[in-house]
Amino acid sequence: MALSDKSRNEAVLKAITANRLRDGEVIFLAPGSGWVERLDDAALFEDSAAETALAAAKAQAEGEQFAVDVYTFDLRVVDGQRVPVKTRERIRALGPTVRIDLGKQAAA
Amino acid sequence: MNHIAPGRNAGVYSYDDIDRRFVAERVEQFRAQVERRLSGELTEDEFKPLRLMNGLYLQLHAYMLRIAVPYGVLTAQQLRKLAEIGRKYDKGYGHFTTRQNLQFNWIKLEDTPAILHELAEVDMHALQTSGNCVRNVTTDQFVGAARDEVVDGRVYAEILRQWTTLHPEFTFLPRKFKIAIMGSDADRAAIRVHDVGVFAKRNERGEVGFTFYVGGGLGRSPFIGKLVRDWVPEEDFVAYLEAILRVYNQYGRRDNIYKARIKILVHELGQEKFTQEVEEEFARLRGPKYRLAPEVVDEIRRRFGGPAYETLTDEPESFQAAKAANPDFARWVAVNVLAHKVPGYAAATISLKPAGGIPGDATSEQMELIADLADAHSFGELRVSHAQNLVLAHVRQDELFTLWTALEANGLGTPNAGLIGDIIACPGLDYCALANARSIPLAQAISARFADPARQQTIGELGIKISGCINACGHHHVGAIGILGVDKKGEEFYQITVGGDPTLTTAIGDILGPAVTADETVDAIEAIVEVYLSNRHDGERFIDTLKRVGHGPFKERVYAAH
Ligand code: HEM
Ligand code: SF4
Repeated sequence: MALSDKSRNEAVLKAITANRLRDGEVIFLAPGSGWVERLDDAALFEDSAAETALAAAKAQAEGEQFAVDVYTFDLRVVDGQRVPVKTRERIRALGPTVRIDLGKQAAA
Repeated sequence: MNHIAPGRNAGVYSYDDIDRRFVAERVEQFRAQVERRLSGELTEDEFKPLRLMNGLYLQLHAYMLRIAVPYGVLTAQQLRKLAEIGRKYDKGYGHFTTRQNLQFNWIKLEDTPAILHELAEVDMHALQTSGNCVRNVTTDQFVGAARDEVVDGRVYAEILRQWTTLHPEFTFLPRKFKIAIMGSDADRAAIRVHDVGVFAKRNERGEVGFTFYVGGGLGRSPFIGKLVRDWVPEEDFVAYLEAILRVYNQYGRRDNIYKARIKILVHELGQEKFTQEVEEEFARLRGPKYRLAPEVVDEIRRRFGGPAYETLTDEPESFQAAKAANPDFARWVAVNVLAHKVPGYAAATISLKPAGGIPGDATSEQMELIADLADAHSFGELRVSHAQNLVLAHVRQDELFTLWTALEANGLGTPNAGLIGDIIACPGLDYCALANARSIPLAQAISARFADPARQQTIGELGIKISGCINACGHHHVGAIGILGVDKKGEEFYQITVGGDPTLTTAIGDILGPAVTADETVDAIEAIVEVYLSNRHDGERFIDTLKRVGHGPFKERVYAAH
């Protein structure tokens, strides 16, 4: 599912991610407020709303020393599953592909 | 702090109280910095350079801690400590790197001060493993042991470590600075692709001197180090390096991170002008302050101690009998064992590259086993090679069979040092935040494809090196076959280069053709190997055949189906 697949652009949504300051864990902005460890529990944004949400999340993360490296990434919902467009974000959301016993995928 | 520092006979440099106090102070300083970050007194922008100075990066899944293994030499006790840290603070394994260091992939910021404290107990640290400073000096993994060695590079690597650690002029260099030293004719440290490559040798009178190559490097723009001076006498070793670093500090491009390495400066000024600048600076600063006195060198050499070798002879009967009776052992000896300068001893490479395995990864259990074997067979000392393997450098030949039996029983007896299965691979997209593509799965697929040890031995010396992005941490430019991961519209592709050479006849590989998918890459390697085998003359290595027949036949076969 390549990013170049323009015909499916409508279906691309955004989520906001970061690493937790104290332990580096990959986290996602939750609906409402706060952060969660699983992409399945993350808030999803339309393209237009994502920038505002990102700015707010960054300010909050700075203020509370909770999260670092806050940014948005693209994903699609395919058969009810949230699938990041880029391999990089898929690997962040799951764990290393060469050690499926480790990372979030292990606890799934 | 409890010091459980290494014993004297290990051939490992023994720290003195000044070294220990300094490392301990740095741990406490970082502990306070972490506290201030967690409480919000420091912002991330303020804190990031501080954590990097302590080897702590933020990667895809967590923090990554890069621990220095100065010039790649460790004691068994230090390796046990690394195993313990892996188990206690990480996920039970670590990754040995091309820079002879160890990286842990799942570290928590809040645990880091405790980890550094534990490391300091065994004289270890993560200093100079990141940032724009002089990084861990690397050298031959067989230093102090190889039969072909002319000068023991450890001594000079340690002098550099001491000289650079707190040097105020080297704290904010334009960019990172990597030095490699080699003390025998065979270059096992890839010195000409380092910022400074030092080739230590002796003149007719037996005096030690150094050839300096400057401005080598890999990454986005690969360069081969230029000869700046053929003979720098021992007493001028520090002065000459200081002169090089001063010229770099003065003219290095701080305005552009892509042009900040010394290789760009040497390239832009030209070899002649750069050399002239260095010589002028050297003439200015040469004097008592920078003179490396023979007594200092002797004292440092003394602090390494030396293994208490026994008087033995080469090829003892039991060793010969074991080889005759056990072809697998004989193969491992032929491939993984190197002649030692002391008769009756040998240096053994423990491959961390089992077929289908993750290059350079070792579990805590494996580290402990290897530490025990180092105690039993190699004076409690071992080395990390830039090929991401471990080395027991001083094993009695009549103990090699016992050693091999233990390794083999634990999946550590792979006979592939220097062969096609001994792949160098960076962490790539499975761990690294800068990656374009994964490196490890490709290394696994290739080593699985070429798993048969007999076939590997038939193919002979052929280094495959894989990087997940243009930063070239996996040295792909100097791989006989190099593989670079690229991102094509969100998909992982791989660009293949051939003809790279990391030894003194350094060459940067040439791109063979358009990038291909991971599966196609494995087939392409197979095709390249077939073309080589069907074209090679007696005794030719892959790169020799390639030089003789050119890229044509290889390219034709690899892209035949396209
Ligand atoms: C995972 C985190 C890592 C990061 C963020 C990282 C970053 C970088 C960067 C940015 C460069 C390019 C420097 C330049 O061209 O100026 C580089 C080069 C290099 N790194 Fe890494 N690296 C990582 C891991 C590794 C590992 C695991 C190894 C050893 C296996 C390694 C060894 C090297 C080497 C040998 C080079 C090329 C030599 C040179 O500096 O020219 N790095 N790295
Ligand atoms: S080469 Fe690129 S992908 Fe590989 S470790 Fe270095 S920075 Fe990461």
